[in-house]
Amino acid sequence: MITLKINGLNVTVEEGTTVLEAAKFLGFPIPTLCHMEGLSPYGACRLCVVEIGESPKSRLVSSCTYPAEAGLIVRTSSARVVKARKMVIELLLGTCPQSKVIQDLASEHGVRQQRFRQEHEDCILCGLCVRMCSEQMMAHAIGFRGRGEHRSLGTPFDVKSEVCRLCGGCIYVCPACQLRCTYNQPEKAICGGCGNLEPPCVEKPQFDDMMCYMTPCVACEIKKD
Amino acid sequence: MIAEEVSRVVEKHADRRGALISVLEEVQQKYGYLSPEALQAVAEKSRRSLVDVYSVATFYRAFTLTPRGKHHLCACVGTACHVRGAPNVVQELKTQLQVEPGETTPDREFTFETVNCLGACALGPMVTVDGRYNSNVSTAKVRRILDKARMGTQGEEPASDERNFPITVSCPKCHQSLMDASTPIDGHPSIHLETPMNGSRGWVRLSSLYGSHNCKSQAEIPLDSIAPLHCTHCSEELHGAGLCPECGSPMAVMLIEDAGILQLCTRRGCNGHALDLNEPEIAGRPSTRTAG
Repeated sequence: MITLKINGLNVTVEEGTTVLEAAKFLGFPIPTLCHMEGLSPYGACRLCVVEIGESPKSRLVSSCTYPAEAGLIVRTSSARVVKARKMVIELLLGTCPQSKVIQDLASEHGVRQQRFRQEHEDCILCGLCVRMCSEQMMAHAIGFRGRGEHRSLGTPFDVKSEVCRLCGGCIYVCPACQLRCTYNQPEKAICGGCGNLEPPCVEKPQFDDMMCYMTPCVACEIKKD
Repeated sequence: MIAEEVSRVVEKHADRRGALISVLEEVQQKYGYLSPEALQAVAEKSRRSLVDVYSVATFYRAFTLTPRGKHHLCACVGTACHVRGAPNVVQELKTQLQVEPGETTPDREFTFETVNCLGACALGPMVTVDGRYNSNVSTAKVRRILDKARMGTQGEEPASDERNFPITVSCPKCHQSLMDASTPIDGHPSIHLETPMNGSRGWVRLSSLYGSHNCKSQAEIPLDSIAPLHCTHCSEELHGAGLCPECGSPMAVMLIEDAGILQLCTRRGCNGHALDLNEPEIAGRPSTRTAG
């Protein structure tokens, strides 16, 4: 058992526990996007940043991948953390402004402006669908391809995968392609006041045949409308 | 065919975890690129998912999923080369080859790429052809570089071509040296062999310069006839495995000192040969090289 200090409170956890889990145990909220119970930690979205150590040597780490250490001092909502988190949300919004999940995060954290060029991507490369596909569905049908700005998600060679069972797990976990804000002025879409929690695609009659990364893709179908 | 080759490569690296990159490197070396079938075979044989193999293959620039040209042309567009005029060189290459960087010419002769540094900034602009550096390249030099690459080793005096190098070979049966310093060809000791001629054995001397096809024989061997080569020491025929990649004739085999195996086409007039090096890293060139 390891004892560490989160926001001034001591907590004893088992070895191998992540800082995120320890903070959750104490009830400190840490926003996450690419983290999901049952899937391995990935640390892609950096939303769960926390500050560890004493200043001036403190540093920001992603709590979902950082294992708890004995005597570790963690702050989950210091000024530095909040600033970094807001920046992460703003960047995510720039990539995927139409995502309902990201918009909700933005409004929750008081991000009311967006200074970056909006890309309207279908994907924030959080890797949730990849992990869902390989770890829960044991299918290994989709994965990352390329690198840098050419990094993308999909099946090898962009052909229909033989191992995909069309389970829909990838769409279920996707923060970018399922819940979409259908606001008609995407540039001003960060309102935080929208109560639209319905995935816009489920009303489509052809939804049964739809599959992310397959043809036809849900996201693309919506884009067409 | 591919599956068997791949399974051999995978087995070779079976003892090492995380040998995927080595496996892919070797497969690419064999086929020149990573075809969908090859990736599928790698995934199956190494019991990985195709997605993982594909991720790695698309991540690294060293891997290519499209067939490459015969010659790999690489122009440096790094800072030093840029100020020394690399953009003009790239433009000239583009107009002469009629392809964009990253593409292969339709005749599969050249694959043209740009890199951000070749590590020889003082000699820029740099253009490499099949790993060989050309320094201070100007637009005027571009045509000569392309012509030289297109010609390969033909049409030039073999001894004066800096791409050729001498090899020392021995008999694979009796392990005695086949080199003959008394009769040099191209300025290097020749390879002394025997071949049946008019009912008896006659001598054949081949140039030991890799890339040169010069040879001498006791009597003229008619063009397109097969001349089985024998060791002068043990008289055994140097019977090679497999057939010539160019014309399908039988191959003769020799051992290259501390380096590997050389196979030659026995058909007079055919320049087909294959080089199998033990240590590709040391030799600095692909482990299997076939050229006409």
